[in-house]
Amino acid sequence: MRRGAGPVLAGLAAVAGLAVALEMAVAAGLIGGFVVAPPTAIAGAMPKLLFEEGVGRAFLVTFASTFSASALAALVGIPAGYLLYRHAWLGRAYENWIAALFSAPLILLYPMFLVIFGRSPAVCVAMGFLVGVIPVILKTREGFLGARPVLVNVARSFGAGEAEILRKVLLPAARPAIFTGLRLCLIYAMINVVGIEFLANLGGLGFLVGEMFDRYDIPAMYAALICLVLTSTLFYALTGRAERWLGGR
Amino acid sequence: MARRTLAIRLAMLLALWAVWEIAARSGLFYEGIIPSSFLVLDSMGRHVGDPVFYGHLARTLYEVLAGFALGSAIGLAGGIVVGAHRFTDEASAPYLHGFASTPKIVFLPILMLLFGAGPGSKVGMGAFSAFFPAVIAVAAGMAQVSPVHVKVARGFNASFLQIVRKIYLPSLVAPAITGMRLGLGVAIIGVLLAEIKFSDRGLGHLAIQHYNFFRVADMYAVLLLTFALAVLANALMGRVGKALLRRPVPA
Repeated sequence: MRRGAGPVLAGLAAVAGLAVALEMAVAAGLIGGFVVAPPTAIAGAMPKLLFEEGVGRAFLVTFASTFSASALAALVGIPAGYLLYRHAWLGRAYENWIAALFSAPLILLYPMFLVIFGRSPAVCVAMGFLVGVIPVILKTREGFLGARPVLVNVARSFGAGEAEILRKVLLPAARPAIFTGLRLCLIYAMINVVGIEFLANLGGLGFLVGEMFDRYDIPAMYAALICLVLTSTLFYALTGRAERWLGGR
Repeated sequence: MARRTLAIRLAMLLALWAVWEIAARSGLFYEGIIPSSFLVLDSMGRHVGDPVFYGHLARTLYEVLAGFALGSAIGLAGGIVVGAHRFTDEASAPYLHGFASTPKIVFLPILMLLFGAGPGSKVGMGAFSAFFPAVIAVAAGMAQVSPVHVKVARGFNASFLQIVRKIYLPSLVAPAITGMRLGLGVAIIGVLLAEIKFSDRGLGHLAIQHYNFFRVADMYAVLLLTFALAVLANALMGRVGKALLRRPVPA
């Protein structure tokens, strides 16, 4: 699909217009400066956030938690998805339950992890793992189920063993679905990691937002929120690219 | 075979419960971190019989319903406006999707600055959460409205309002329901997380009070009850949505 630059420019112009309107509203005293920081003050707070408050480090902490949670989810989820495929009775027993968990508000249970793991990054990793492993299991099983049975049968008639069928037929066939699952896993893991960082005051980007609010440094808090929204927007787009590139047939 | 499935599920539940009980009694964990399931069940019973619990439940219900209604209404209207033209749709998409993939709870400080620390900021959180699924689903639904139908209506000299009522609204029912179903789920999460973070009442507040006083079994009981209620509300909403969709669309 070809897209003109028009909509992009219009979007940017709308954001710029909103910024100018906010600036003027705050200057005119229509909105309190302690509720909405004027955009110039937010821009002024950016360097402080970057160089003094360590946005870079917070960024690394958040992504370290997100990626370790996702790696764990892949390590557990892909074999689990295979088991659910390989043994149809297991698949029948658990598929619905796992699908139900997918839409369940699991993050509400985070205080339990807080009690079990104490106030440590392990809470973020555990929560990220829990929400991330579900799409990996579901998508992996879906991918294996989608492999054409005739390919599996041909491999079997040529005397291929289970391991060889898995490596040469099933995994290549399921690759796009598995990468879709991994992308969902990364996105859900990051959302939950950042959420818990904010809720439990545990290092990372989410923590930074809460920290600035607690110090009542409102411009810096808005600056931190903007960094966070930009990060998750980019992450969303980049994982989409990676999924198409790695999972493309 | 249904019997076998049932047996496997029961075995799984029993095994999970056994692991929990063994962990609780093994002494491997700090005292009280994993309370016996009987203590949690007992606490659940006490909560369900306690009027105080229903006070908190009422506050949470109010915040969820008000936030959900507000966020859905703004989201549905916004989706129609944004989706009406391809230009506005493309201009707004990156921002809507960017916000939609950010955890909403980090915006709580702004909502507290705007609406105070009381129920207002929780209603705001619910509305802010429910807004995005609604606006995205309806904007996408607008793009699916058949241009042929609109042209035919114009050909018959239908007024703008008639076109909205007879062409757009009927084809937006399905996306609106989808958006609201997702919206209710995230509104519940948003409200409860906001209550956990900072509030004076509500189920989230109750749970975190128990946490602060290290009444672990009570905290587990409240969290599990809340979790079950949230799942129930989502299932109910799913049912309602399905029933609405099965109704024939008025011509």
